[in-house]
Amino acid sequence: MQVLMILLLVLVIACALAVALTKNLLTAAVVFMTQSLALSVIWLILESPDLGITEAAVGAGVDSLLLFATLKKIRAIDASIRRKEEDGHGEAP
Amino acid sequence: MAKLRENLPSSRWGRFLRWLREGDDVLDRSMAEALEAPAPAPADALVPLPIPRRLTRTRQRNLTRMEKRLRALYVVTAVLICSGIIALLLVTTAGLPDFGDPDNPANNEVPRHYIEKGLEETGAVNIVAGMILDYRAFDTLGESNVLFVAVCAVIILLRLHSGDPRERLRDEADERSREPGHDIILQVVAALIIPLILLFGVYVILNGHLSPGGGFSGGAVMGAALILFQLAFGERHTARFFTFRTFRIVSVLALGFYASAKAYSFFTGANHLPSFITPGIPGKIFSAGLIPYLNIAVGMVVCCTMYALYSLFRKGDV
Repeated sequence: MQVLMILLLVLVIACALAVALTKNLLTAAVVFMTQSLALSVIWLILESPDLGITEAAVGAGVDSLLLFATLKKIRAIDASIRRKEEDGHGEAP
Repeated sequence: MAKLRENLPSSRWGRFLRWLREGDDVLDRSMAEALEAPAPAPADALVPLPIPRRLTRTRQRNLTRMEKRLRALYVVTAVLICSGIIALLLVTTAGLPDFGDPDNPANNEVPRHYIEKGLEETGAVNIVAGMILDYRAFDTLGESNVLFVAVCAVIILLRLHSGDPRERLRDEADERSREPGHDIILQVVAALIIPLILLFGVYVILNGHLSPGGGFSGGAVMGAALILFQLAFGERHTARFFTFRTFRIVSVLALGFYASAKAYSFFTGANHLPSFITPGIPGKIFSAGLIPYLNIAVGMVVCCTMYALYSLFRKGDV
C-alpha cells in the first residue's frame, strides 16, 4: 500500500508539472484528467471514499468536459490539429 | 570559458534560458492563432490558413534595448515571485502537524463530541453527513448558494439569446449542424451505462446518511450522466426532459426547501431549536431526521447545476 501511495503521489506531481509545461492545450486537459484520477485513488486510500467519488466525477469528468468545451469554443483544438497537418505529422482528414 | 559559451545554446541551461525567454511568446502565438482563426467556417472553405509567424520572428529582431531590458526584468521578477511562493508554501507545509497525529490541534473537544454523540443526536451512521447536514448545516447552505451564484454569473455572461425567435432558431440550427451526429458506438455504450451511472448517483444520494457519499457526490455523478446523455444523443433528446425551465424550478425549490429547513441556524447560532423530527432508528433508510431529504435537495441542485454549467459552456443556453 505504501508503495502504491508513493507511486500515486509521484504521478500526481508529475502530472501537475506536465500540465504546466505542456504547450498543447488539449494534451494539458487530458493530463489534468489523469491527475484527478490519481487523486481520487489517493482519497480512497486515505479512507475518504466520498471525496474519491466527488473527485472522480467532478475533477476527472465534469471539469475536463468543461475544459474541452471551452477549447472547442475558442477553436484551440482545430488550431492544434491544423498546425500538425501543416507540419506534415498528421494524417489527412 | 569560451568553450562553455559555445556549448551554451545546446546545453540544458541554454535551453532553459531559451524557454524562459520565449515562454511568453508561445502563449502569445497560440492566442493569436486562436483569435485569427476563421469565424464559423462554412464546410466547403477548407483552405488551410497561413499561420502568423510574425509574432516570433520579427519581434525578436526589432527589440530595442529598452524592451530587452524590460523583458529581462520581467523574467527575473517572475522567477523571483515564483520561487518565493514555492519556498513559502514548502516552509508552511513543513510546519504543519503530522498526518494522523493524535496531538494535533484539530483534535479538541468538538470532534470528540461529534464522534461520541453524533450517532445518538443526529441518527446518521455516516458521521460526516451528520456533521455537514445537521451540526453545520448552515455551512452547506452557504456552499450550495455559492454554486448557485456561480451558475447565475455564468448564465449572465454566457447565455446568448435575447428575445428574437428568428435568431434563436438560427442559432439552434447552427448548433445542431455542428453536433457529432449519430455516433453509433457512443450511443450504444451510453445507452448501456447511463442507467447504471444514474442509479449509482441515486444510491449515493439516498444512502448519504448511511454510507460515504451524500448530496454533492451523488449529484455530481448524476450530472455527469446527464452530460454523457447530451453528448451521445444530442440536445433534441435532452430538451424533452431538461430545459431551462426545469433547471429554474428544481434549483429554486431545492434551495428554498433547504433554506427554510436550516436557515434558522443563522439566527439561533450553533444552538439548535428543539425539533419534533426524531432521529429514528440509526441504520434504517428512513432515519436521521431531515438529513436524507436535505441530501436529496443538495443532490438535485448539484446535478442540475453541473449539467447547466456544461450546457451553457457548450452552446450558450440550457
